[in-house]
Amino acid sequence: MTVETATIGLTHGGSEDTGLGHRGPESKSIVVPYGFWLFVLSDIVLFSALFATYASLVHATDGGPTASQLFHRDLVAVETMALLVSSFVCGLAMITAKRANLLWTQGWLFLTGLLGLIFLGIELYEFSSMIGEGAGPQRSAFLSSFFTLVGCHGLHVTCGLLWLGTMMAQIWAKGFQPHILRRLLCFSIFWHALDIIWVAIFTIVYLIGTLP
Amino acid sequence: MSEYDPELLNVAPGEPHDSMLSETVSYVIGLGLALLLTAISFWVASTTSLWGPGVATGLVVLAIAQMGIHLVFFLHITSGPDNTNNVLALAFGVLIVFLVMVGTIWIMAHMNANMGPTPEMMNLTTQRG
Repeated sequence: MTVETATIGLTHGGSEDTGLGHRGPESKSIVVPYGFWLFVLSDIVLFSALFATYASLVHATDGGPTASQLFHRDLVAVETMALLVSSFVCGLAMITAKRANLLWTQGWLFLTGLLGLIFLGIELYEFSSMIGEGAGPQRSAFLSSFFTLVGCHGLHVTCGLLWLGTMMAQIWAKGFQPHILRRLLCFSIFWHALDIIWVAIFTIVYLIGTLP
Repeated sequence: MSEYDPELLNVAPGEPHDSMLSETVSYVIGLGLALLLTAISFWVASTTSLWGPGVATGLVVLAIAQMGIHLVFFLHITSGPDNTNNVLALAFGVLIVFLVMVGTIWIMAHMNANMGPTPEMMNLTTQRG
């Protein structure tokens, strides 16, 4: 198996390497995703601090609206579906990108971005209707921590969408060169990680928060 | 490698496949499992036929299972020797996340329980008005 066909996901297949550095420095197609994986993990640690803050403050509603009064599970279900399918389609884009299929790659990436936009649109609608009801971040400690946690995730999705647009332009302009594929791989790791964080958000904030 | 090579089916989900079809199938399996776990989560949260106090714990277990699905099928974390560095970094990340979350929730819950306003303080605040 050649190095080029192995640039999907974090696994680089086929080599006899133990990963313990016996053979000297690895190639860029292995070092770059590893470094990006470390960044993603540190990002997840950042989110864990926001989750801990939210869990500490969830009952500090200051007489204002509580989680069960504010959150709508049906909206969250649509958001969850949009982000999950977006993550899946991003994987399909990586499969076609590995085979240098321009049309399918751009198509899948476009669909990834579209589903991400749907997710972001629903989230912004939820935020604006909450603020309209007087349940903005300044209402209580619970709402401050809610907007910080979910807003930080939304900000990540926004950055991911900008990155996605940049990658589509770069693929279109420069083709499937090794360094472009490495960037695309890092984007896909970022996008899948955002979905993992969303799993924690919809479970802890939206489902456990609205239990009867 | 022929089209019907049985070795093709023995590839771990995270390993790079040679065939476009088997790679796509691996992603479809991941999506199916994730959808299933999401559906179970939403069902568990809205049904009344389960024992109430256990629901939150069950939801956390379902969420951790779904994160595992994402890691294996989408992020291609495997137990293979070439994945050692990624797995070790992940293990360290999980350790820090566990310490931050459990530590904070534990300490803050105790402080809430032990450092709430005493009767004298309550008395002072009512007198002030």
